[in-house]
Amino acid sequence: MEWSRKDLVSIAELSAEEILTVLDVSATFKEINRREIKKVPTLRGKTVVLLFYEPSTRTRLSFELAAKRLSADTVALSVSGSSFLKGETIMDAAMNVMAMIPDCIVIRYPYAGLPARLARELSCSVINAGDGAHEHPTQALLDLCSMRERFGRLAGLHVAMVGDIAHSRVARSNVYALKKVGARVSVVAPKTLLPQDISTWGVEVWHEFDPVVKDADVLMMLRVQKERMDEQCFPDEREYAHFYGLDRRRVDMMKPGAVIMHPGPVNRGVEITHEAADGSRSIILNQVENGVAVRMALLYLCLGGSADDR
Amino acid sequence: MIVKGGRLIDPASGRDALADIVIAGGRIEGIFPPGKAKGGGGETIDATGLWVLPGLIDMHAHLREPGQEYKEDIASGSAAAAAGGITTVVCMANTDPVNDNPTVTRSIIDRARAVGLARVLPAGAITMGLEGRRLAEMGLMKRSGIVAVSDDGRPVEDASVLRRALEYASTFGLPVILHSEDKSLAGKGVMNEGPLSARLGLPGIPAAAEEAMVCRDLAVARYAKTPVHITHVSTGGALAAIGACKETSLGMTCDVTPHHLLLTEEALSAYDTVFKVNPPLRTEIDRLALLEGFRNGPVDCIATDHAPHAADEKALDFDLAPFGVIGFQTLLPAIMKIHLEHDIPFMRLLACVTTNPARILGIEGGVLFEGARADLVLFDPKAVWTLTEDRVLSKSKNSPFLGWQFTGKVVRTLLEGRTVHVAD
Repeated sequence: MEWSRKDLVSIAELSAEEILTVLDVSATFKEINRREIKKVPTLRGKTVVLLFYEPSTRTRLSFELAAKRLSADTVALSVSGSSFLKGETIMDAAMNVMAMIPDCIVIRYPYAGLPARLARELSCSVINAGDGAHEHPTQALLDLCSMRERFGRLAGLHVAMVGDIAHSRVARSNVYALKKVGARVSVVAPKTLLPQDISTWGVEVWHEFDPVVKDADVLMMLRVQKERMDEQCFPDEREYAHFYGLDRRRVDMMKPGAVIMHPGPVNRGVEITHEAADGSRSIILNQVENGVAVRMALLYLCLGGSADDR
Repeated sequence: MIVKGGRLIDPASGRDALADIVIAGGRIEGIFPPGKAKGGGGETIDATGLWVLPGLIDMHAHLREPGQEYKEDIASGSAAAAAGGITTVVCMANTDPVNDNPTVTRSIIDRARAVGLARVLPAGAITMGLEGRRLAEMGLMKRSGIVAVSDDGRPVEDASVLRRALEYASTFGLPVILHSEDKSLAGKGVMNEGPLSARLGLPGIPAAAEEAMVCRDLAVARYAKTPVHITHVSTGGALAAIGACKETSLGMTCDVTPHHLLLTEEALSAYDTVFKVNPPLRTEIDRLALLEGFRNGPVDCIATDHAPHAADEKALDFDLAPFGVIGFQTLLPAIMKIHLEHDIPFMRLLACVTTNPARILGIEGGVLFEGARADLVLFDPKAVWTLTEDRVLSKSKNSPFLGWQFTGKVVRTLLEGRTVHVAD
C-alpha cells in the first residue's frame, strides 16, 4: 500500500492497514540490523534532529541508531525541563530548528499536543517519541511487532496491560493499536490508576490480576511512577507488588506460550520481579531490538520511501 | 437628545414596543409613543429598525489594570465594553497589586472616569492578596467604590474564612461573588475530565471539583444566613444544586458565561489554547443543562468572565497556557445566537445582563424608565457580521469566537446620554 504521511503523531490517526504496513517494513529492516554491515544508504543526505525535552536513554538511542543505519545525519539535543520553560517558547525553539532545514524532527516532550502542532505547522516530518500522557506511537508499534513476531498474528490475541493506565502514553497508544488490529485487550489496575471513564475505552477492565494472568497471551507490565504514590493512587510499593506485581507465583500460572513484555525502564521488585523480567517468558529485549527496526521503518516511510519500492 | 423610532425592550418593566426616548442631563426624561415625543432638544438619533435596550451590565470581567497592562488596560477594556453595548463593568480584584485596599479601588475608579467609555465598578478582594487567609478591608473599599467582593480566580478554600467573610461582607451590604472550585480535586487539570481528556492525554478537572465546592459554599452561606452569588457555573450538577436552594429566602444567585453556553470541550480536540478556560468547557449535556436553566429558573445572569491574555502566553503548551477568553464584544451577539438557536425569549436573556445583575449588586442601571440613567444600546437585530481579529478592541485577541458569523450587531452605545461607541 501507499504510505502518504509525512508525520507520525498518534496511533489514533492510523488505520489498521497502515499499522500492518509499518510492521511489514520493519521486518525487512530487522534483517539489516543483524548483518555484519548494518547500514544502508536509503536516507543519505537527510538530516534527522532528535529533540528530547524529557530524560530518555533507550528511545533516544533507538531513534539515533535507526537514523544512522539508514545513513541519515543525526543531531540529538536533550533539553532539561526547567531551562526551556524560561524565555523562549517551544514554538520559537521549533522554528529555529526548522530554519536549519532538517528533514525530520523526532520529538519527546513532557506535555500533550506539541507533536500534533509541529506536524501541522512545520514542513518537515515530525515523529512523536512521546508527548505527555497523550501517545507514544513508536512504542506501540514495536510492541505489536514483537507480538506478531512471537505469535504470527495479532487478531484474537489476548493482551493484558497491567498498571498505571491513567497516566501512561504507552497504554493509550497500545490500546488504540491493538483494538485496530483485532486483539482482545484487558487492563488490570486499581481504580485510582484507571481513567475515570475507562468504560468508554472498549477494553475489559479488571481489578484483580490472577484471573487475567491465567488467560492472557501477553502480559504487558507498565512502569509504576513513584509520584503516583505521592498522589495517593496506591499506599506503597509492597501493597502494589502484592496485588499487581508479576512475580514467580503468577508467572507459573501463565498459559503455555504466553509472554511478558515491559516498555522499560523496569522497576524491579515493584511491577515485576527479576525472575519474571529475566525469565524464559520475557521478550523485553526483543522489544528493544524491534524498536530500532520499527523506527527505521517509520523514518523510511515518513521521509519519502514508499512501502512498495524497497 | 431624542432616540426615535426604535423598538424599546426593557426587562424591568416588561415593555416591548416602538418608542421615542427623550434624554436630557444624562437621564431619560421621557418615553413616548412614536412621533409623540415632547422636548428633547439637540441631536436626533434615528433608531428605525433597531432595538433599543438598557446598557448591559457585565458583572464579571478582568481589566488587568493595574499591573498587567500588556494584556489589557482600563482604556482598551472600556472601549471594547462600549463596543459590546456594555455600559457597566464589574472588574475582578486579581490585578497586580491586588484590589484588596481602598487605594487600588480608588485608582481603578479614577482611571475609568478619566477614560469615560464605561462605568467601571470594581469588586474588591475577599481576602488579602487573594490568599484566603485574612479578610481584606471590605468596608473601606466599599467607601471607595467597590460594589461586591470576590477572590475570583480562586476559591475561598478555608470554610471558616468563608463563613466570616460572608458575615462580614453582609454587614456592609456587599454581595459576595464566589469562584467555586475544589482545588484539590481540580489538581493540575487543564480541561474537563472525561473521555476526551483521557484521549488527549491532558490532565482533567472533574465536574465534581465545581459541584463539591458549590455545595459547600451554599451550605456555609445558608448557615451564615447570607446570600452568595456563584459565578461562571459550568456543570449541570452545580446548577441543580443552586436551583435546589432557590426557594430559600436568602437569594442564592449565579451567572453563566456565553462561552459555556455556546461551546463544549469538543472545541479543544486540536489542543487550541484559546479554548482553555477555568472552569473548563464541559460536555454537551452540561451545556444543554445550563441553557435549560433559563427556562426553569436557576440562571440569574450572563457574565463574560472577559479575561484577556497576550498571544505569547496563549502560544504556550496547553498545560502551561493561562486560562481565559475575552468576551465583551460578543456578549450581545452571543445572547442573540442563544435566543435564535435555542428558542429562549430574548427578554429573559436580556434580563440576565441588565436588571438581574443590577438587583444582585444593588446598583442603579439596567432599566429604561423615566428618570433612569440614559445608558442605552442600539442593536441592529438583522445585521450579519463576522468576528475578525481587527474588529477586536481589546489589547488581547483571545476570543473563542474568531471567525464566527453572528446575527445582530451593536450599532451605538450611550453612557449617561453620551455616545461612547458608534459602529463603523
